[in-house]
Amino acid sequence: MSTFTADAFALLANGTSLPWAEIPEWPAAEFVRVTAGELERGGRLCAWFGVPEGAATRLVAVLAFDAGNTLAVGRSEPVTGSYPSLTALCPQAHLFEREVFEQHGLVPEGHPWLKPVRKGAGDAPANGEFFRVEGREVHEVAVGPVHAGIIEPGHFRFQCAGEEVLHLEIALGYQHRGIEAALAGGPHRRTMSQMEVVAGDSTIAHSTAYASICEGLSGVEVPLRTQWLRALALELERLANHTGDIGALAGDVAFLPTSSACGKIRGDFLNLTALLCGNRFGRGWVRPGGHPLDLDAARSATLLKRLHGALADVGQAADWFWEAASVRARFEGVGTVSARQAGELGLVGLAARACGLVRDVRFDHPAGWYRFAQAPVAVWPSGDVYARARVRWLEIQRSGQFLDEQLGLPPDDEPATALGGAQGDALCVSLVEGWRGEVCHVALTDGAGRFRRYKIVDPSFHNWMGLAMALRGQAVSDFPICNKSFNLSYCGFDL
Amino acid sequence: MLAFDTIAHRLKRGCETIAYPKGPAPALPDRHGGGLRVEAAKCADGCAACVPVCPTEAIARAAGGAVALDLGRCLFCGACVAACPSQAIVRTNDHRLAVRRREDLMLGAPGAEEARLAAALDEKLRKLFGRSLRLRQVSAGGCAACEADTNVLGTIGWDLSRFGIQFVASPRHADGLLVTGPVSRNMELALRKTWDAVSDPRIVIAVGACAISGGPFAGHPEVRDGAGAVLPVDLFIPGCPPHPLTILDGMLRLLGRLEHDRKPVTLAS
Repeated sequence: MSTFTADAFALLANGTSLPWAEIPEWPAAEFVRVTAGELERGGRLCAWFGVPEGAATRLVAVLAFDAGNTLAVGRSEPVTGSYPSLTALCPQAHLFEREVFEQHGLVPEGHPWLKPVRKGAGDAPANGEFFRVEGREVHEVAVGPVHAGIIEPGHFRFQCAGEEVLHLEIALGYQHRGIEAALAGGPHRRTMSQMEVVAGDSTIAHSTAYASICEGLSGVEVPLRTQWLRALALELERLANHTGDIGALAGDVAFLPTSSACGKIRGDFLNLTALLCGNRFGRGWVRPGGHPLDLDAARSATLLKRLHGALADVGQAADWFWEAASVRARFEGVGTVSARQAGELGLVGLAARACGLVRDVRFDHPAGWYRFAQAPVAVWPSGDVYARARVRWLEIQRSGQFLDEQLGLPPDDEPATALGGAQGDALCVSLVEGWRGEVCHVALTDGAGRFRRYKIVDPSFHNWMGLAMALRGQAVSDFPICNKSFNLSYCGFDL
Repeated sequence: MLAFDTIAHRLKRGCETIAYPKGPAPALPDRHGGGLRVEAAKCADGCAACVPVCPTEAIARAAGGAVALDLGRCLFCGACVAACPSQAIVRTNDHRLAVRRREDLMLGAPGAEEARLAAALDEKLRKLFGRSLRLRQVSAGGCAACEADTNVLGTIGWDLSRFGIQFVASPRHADGLLVTGPVSRNMELALRKTWDAVSDPRIVIAVGACAISGGPFAGHPEVRDGAGAVLPVDLFIPGCPPHPLTILDGMLRLLGRLEHDRKPVTLAS
């Protein structure tokens, strides 16, 4: 077997399912060792979660072998109490193991920082103790959960020596709405609506991942036109958010021309999504099995015309931005994450690509329309705020070109195939490259084809630690631009 | 060069702020549909086709009773409109949806076919806030969409500050809160503390289905089913998320700046 794929785990492709019984299993300690071995071979941890089995829990690992374009799954035998920590071998497992600890009470022995992830204690998250740096000159800065802008809540705890940040710990959970727990026994009547608001700025990414799960479990290939429409919507979502972020970054360094222009242009892109489906965030656009709303030729022409206008506007606003030495000076060398750190932490999406890693689900694990049409992967090597802004700008151009080309190539409409019943006792994995990065949904069905366990991994779950590392050795006053350069989701993390 | 370019560009584009409310309101996207109108009298006997298609159980019809739709739980997905065989539930294409009382979002009964649009604050509060309202926004389990479409009101296209409305960084500087999200239990304490830090007199605006009723999360043990469970709400703005125009309309209505604009829009045939 090539080194591009897993050695011991079962293989599957993005958007497909396999019987639960066919997934190889090991005793927990052995499973951790095998998983570490697979990660060592070039795998990446997409998801690590528990599945209750009686009073015990099975651990499940979903890995991506990006170079070999395959996904791989393995599981442990039921385990109770504790097991040897995977994090001790592979840092990218750190939050996953904390989550399993919180959800199932399994203790990963040897985990360096074991505490809850999002669970409530009374009427606030159970954040417990924060890591503290001791010393006469050291002081602590606590920010949040309520922040200064119109933005979601989270808590940031800095350990500083003067201006310099020695350590940042990020405590989340404030947005926890119980989405995963509510999925047990589903899909339910409101499941689709909940999927659209897992992270409200990534409605298309999450709802596409969910629709793919439903389709993968029932073995249905949706009409090409549905796949095409989903790709259009996903790229519009990327355009709107990247444009908003460029504007917000400009605002944070007081470069107002780009800031004010992008604030409006972001709305122009959102309005293109609304032209498709009525809702600026794409709600109602993606449904399992087909497309409830179509894009006829006249609407497509309107969309293309307005798209060109918005792209020209954002190009102009970006030109001012990149030409200004004052902007470049504030972004270069600030909040740097190395490619090695990004790899070890398992960063995904634009945060990883801004460290020079070629990591993009659309390219590595293409599903749906991306099997036929791709935008080049945009990479920038420097790992700093500049790189994260730069990758956004590159992707605005690539997504714009993609839409420009693809709008002219509508596949014929075919009748939607009715979704059959979902396969029972099967596991299905779906990855979608949302604008932040890899959205991962994993469903395990019971004998009747209902959800026995549904795991959602928003890209923010991988990337918050990247922000914490970016702040090390940085001035605390640079936190706003560092934070904005990642612009991670709180609710996508908190679920 | 840069300074010249940007200035020239700005001059060329001119003012990009919408003319509303002095001019006409911008049109909603044609597939948006605006609000809903429910005429329970039009329902066929025993028909409850709309009830099971609603993702948030916003529609109820008790045996022998009339259909009632709670616009505060509604995600405006349109499934009920599509399911209704007798056009008892239709889209209004009207962006105006904000109300002062929770019950004003219950639709269906004669005289209550549409949302009963918000009345202005009383004279004393209008005097205080009518030309200068400072709000602190608290997202309490919000998905970032209501937040984004509130935030957009500050951009050049909407220019909220021309009405004297501004979002501020501290509750100490605020005249009230604008709450989004179903109020996750994990945010309850932070929300209460933020509220406590706002001095009297103060107001609360609940934006979006989540903040009004819990929306798609209503009944989850992890949420409080909306801001009303924790704070006294003065203005409810429904939607998922409400269109920015709907949010702006609600705020202006509350401040008594749209008093002339109370009658329902005539339905397009």
